[in-house]
Amino acid sequence: MTMEENKYTAADYKSDQYVRWCPGCGDHAVLNVLHKAMAELGVAPHNTAVISGIGCSSRLPYYMNTYGFHTIHGRGGAVATGFKVANPAMTVWQVAGDGDGLAIGGNHFIHEVRRNVDVNLLMLNNKIYGLTKGQYSPTSDRGFVSKSSPYGTTEDPFIPAELVFGARGTFFARSIDVELKISQEVMVAAARHKGCSVVEILQNCMIFNNGIHNFITDRETRADRTIHLVHGEKMLFGKEMNRGIVQDGFGLKAVTLGEDGYTIDDVLVHDAHCESNFLHQQLAMMDGHELPLAVGVIRDVESLTYDEEVAKQVDDVRAKKNIKCLRDLVLSGETWTVE
Amino acid sequence: MLEKTNVKVLDRVVVRFSGDSGDGMQLAGNIFSNVSAGVGNQISTFPDYPAEVRAPQGTLSGVSGFQVHIGKGVYTPGDKADVLVSMNPAALKQNVKFLKDGGVAIVDIDSFKKADLDKALYTTDEPYKEIGLKGEVVEVPMTTMVKAALADSGLDNKSVMKCKNMFALGLVCWLFDRPLESALHLLHNKFAKKPAIYEANAKVMRAGYDYGHNIHASVSTYRIESDAIRPGVYTDVNGNTATAWGLILASEKSGLPLFLGSYPITPATDILHELAKRKDLGVKACQMEDEIAGVCSAIGASFAGNLAVTSTSGPGLALKSEGIGLAVMAELPLVIIDVQRGGPSTGLPTKTEQTDLRQALYGRNGESPLAVVAAASPTDCFNMAFEAARIAIEHMTPVILLTDGFIANGSSAWRIPDDDEYPAIKPNFVRPEMLENGWRPYMRNEATEVRYWAVPGTPGFQHRLGGLEKDYCTSAISTDPANHERMVAARQHKIDMIAGDIPEVEVMGDADADTLLIGWGGTYGHLYSAVEELNAAGRRVAFAHFRYICPLPANTSDVISRYKNVVVAELNNGQFADYLQAKHPMVHIKRINKVQGQPFLVQEIVDGVTKIMEG
Repeated sequence: MTMEENKYTAADYKSDQYVRWCPGCGDHAVLNVLHKAMAELGVAPHNTAVISGIGCSSRLPYYMNTYGFHTIHGRGGAVATGFKVANPAMTVWQVAGDGDGLAIGGNHFIHEVRRNVDVNLLMLNNKIYGLTKGQYSPTSDRGFVSKSSPYGTTEDPFIPAELVFGARGTFFARSIDVELKISQEVMVAAARHKGCSVVEILQNCMIFNNGIHNFITDRETRADRTIHLVHGEKMLFGKEMNRGIVQDGFGLKAVTLGEDGYTIDDVLVHDAHCESNFLHQQLAMMDGHELPLAVGVIRDVESLTYDEEVAKQVDDVRAKKNIKCLRDLVLSGETWTVE
Repeated sequence: MLEKTNVKVLDRVVVRFSGDSGDGMQLAGNIFSNVSAGVGNQISTFPDYPAEVRAPQGTLSGVSGFQVHIGKGVYTPGDKADVLVSMNPAALKQNVKFLKDGGVAIVDIDSFKKADLDKALYTTDEPYKEIGLKGEVVEVPMTTMVKAALADSGLDNKSVMKCKNMFALGLVCWLFDRPLESALHLLHNKFAKKPAIYEANAKVMRAGYDYGHNIHASVSTYRIESDAIRPGVYTDVNGNTATAWGLILASEKSGLPLFLGSYPITPATDILHELAKRKDLGVKACQMEDEIAGVCSAIGASFAGNLAVTSTSGPGLALKSEGIGLAVMAELPLVIIDVQRGGPSTGLPTKTEQTDLRQALYGRNGESPLAVVAAASPTDCFNMAFEAARIAIEHMTPVILLTDGFIANGSSAWRIPDDDEYPAIKPNFVRPEMLENGWRPYMRNEATEVRYWAVPGTPGFQHRLGGLEKDYCTSAISTDPANHERMVAARQHKIDMIAGDIPEVEVMGDADADTLLIGWGGTYGHLYSAVEELNAAGRRVAFAHFRYICPLPANTSDVISRYKNVVVAELNNGQFADYLQAKHPMVHIKRINKVQGQPFLVQEIVDGVTKIMEG
């Protein structure tokens, strides 16, 4: 990736297509921030690809002036994997919803994370199927009432971060559609991370699930129910920034500085680069109730990427062998001549 | 051009069991030959005892062998073995000279440790290479599995090890479809007074049989040999390897890197194996998490500008259907290889059939035409893999290549072609000046309806593809009714136009025939031999074999309307016959069908055609 500052503006990444999402949909904000993040990164539009599956958010590639592919339901990750391996010079973004990425595409999702393919994966989580008009999704809470669960669901949801850690993910970040600055910050960090970078964005569906994230996003209480994690900084939150996360035995606890004897020295410093994902998981599982929901880059560690290792293996084998073309190969085996 | 071929060794096979003199090779061989006699084979056997009664275990002088020749017209024990079972390195060393080139050696890999190799006087740690083994080696952990099978038997180690021969016998029974019950019956007679020993041996024999079943072990008992050999340099190749090589040549001839996205499935997996080895030629072969990811990763690689391929068998093709539909809609080049096996569902994984033709032609939602080709023989897999890639790249379409278990595993002598025998493949890339002339991603070459390929990374040609219908002119998403019909027609026309870019179907056999025998795909060798026999007997039969299925060669209608009898012989219930019949309602197409998971016998074709000719 070559960084050439200010060479491109957000407008350079916008296509001429009319954006068809419902007015007020959280996807609009994500799209606008993505244009800005790409401008900040400075990778040329023709060296950028955006690949998606099916769903409201998967329409996003049409609104990009990059190379783009709106594929089939759930398969964006598999298409993106083949694309990146075939053409590692491209910067690849993938857009998925909670249904596309975690239900029909759940298998591809965990394997893409496990392989650590160098793809920046934006997962827009609105806990609902919007395009099919309002069925519960794999991230809907137990008991959630929808058209396909009129008496409430009888199943527990996935928490995307847990799947990422279960698949030994190297990057996980989270933002909220209305947090434009944090969204841009995590998208840029995701692109700069080499490997599969999963960014969960809590996104509001105005029509079928309006207010599903209100507990977190409500302006009055947001400062107390979320914490913006930044690598190397103390884990502080609250309107007055006087609350902090401390270690409590095997778990975490939210405390108020100056109360119960807690001081700033007790507050944890975020380490997104720590190899062990134990604390990252604890942080990612905070849900805004006992502990604030974490946004920002939660985990960001370097590891071997699938696409680079495939290319490297090809180079290594080629350097060692004398076979340069098919004919060399065939003639190197057992042959006989007929006169 | 198809070579004149002849199917040989159809119904005879030589198996050689070898091991220590204490390993019970004679017993295993005897039971196998008696079971074979029981299913109607002629048999001839040849015991090969060592000179010493009990030479030291594992040494060269202690090797004992037993050769069985089974089949029709068997009068000798056979010269060389198709399958050699060797229980230790000494046995392999002593018997490798009896293995045919391209035969299969089954070894107990547990007895190939350093000490075993030393005892048999091997000097390197590459035993197969050292003794010049020219064939496939199937490494089976026999000792481990026999021990595991008899863990609860209460037998001592020595008695357990004596059962190893029955594991080998069970495995060989699986390979050649011998009824295990008959083998158990013979075993029971042998150990009638020792029920515990019988039970242990029977358990191990079943374990060997099940092992063959579980690993989908198979050997080809067929060879297709060229009658008219052209001068040149030859090598032996099986259909799956030839398929992989044809793709590599297409990559070289097109200048596009080769990408394979695949998932293991019998009998197609060897294509993945071969291409995974070919990192030395720059091939990127990715074993994906499932069949769907196999095709979808290939579609991603195609979008990225590679020659993209996915390989599978019938059940996998079913899983790939939606992905193939995306490639139809996105108009991206993609090669899908279906090595057909017995179906439906899991069916008969190790057996051969031609029952996926309809799935290949029609197995997608919507009007979704694509090109279908089929290989006629192991070596023709090379040609048709190349052709599938050429058509895919030059016509911007998915192409399904149908081979089958018979030609995929069967091998044949192959004249190594010169570099100039295959044409350059020319991708329909965008050209820079197109940008000024209002280029759009679905803009087509007017004559061929082929859209232009803009490879990501090319400045100025950023575009979005997708599964949604696009406007014919602007390439933007469109739900306009008339536009949809126009796009459906354009995609169909693009496939129809391929007929002008493929060879005509050739008519072989009697020039004044009134009967035309038609085949397609892997039945070529048998059908060709049958026509030769029919002609030799004075029957006026001509023969047309189809390798280009969709579209059909341009002269197809001309050819089939010339004959009084048109007979399609195929290993299904009439899928190609129906396809031809629908296109030629005035011709009454007659049929010879077989759906047994087995290739035709030449005699079956001869009898079938004769019956039709005699009305």
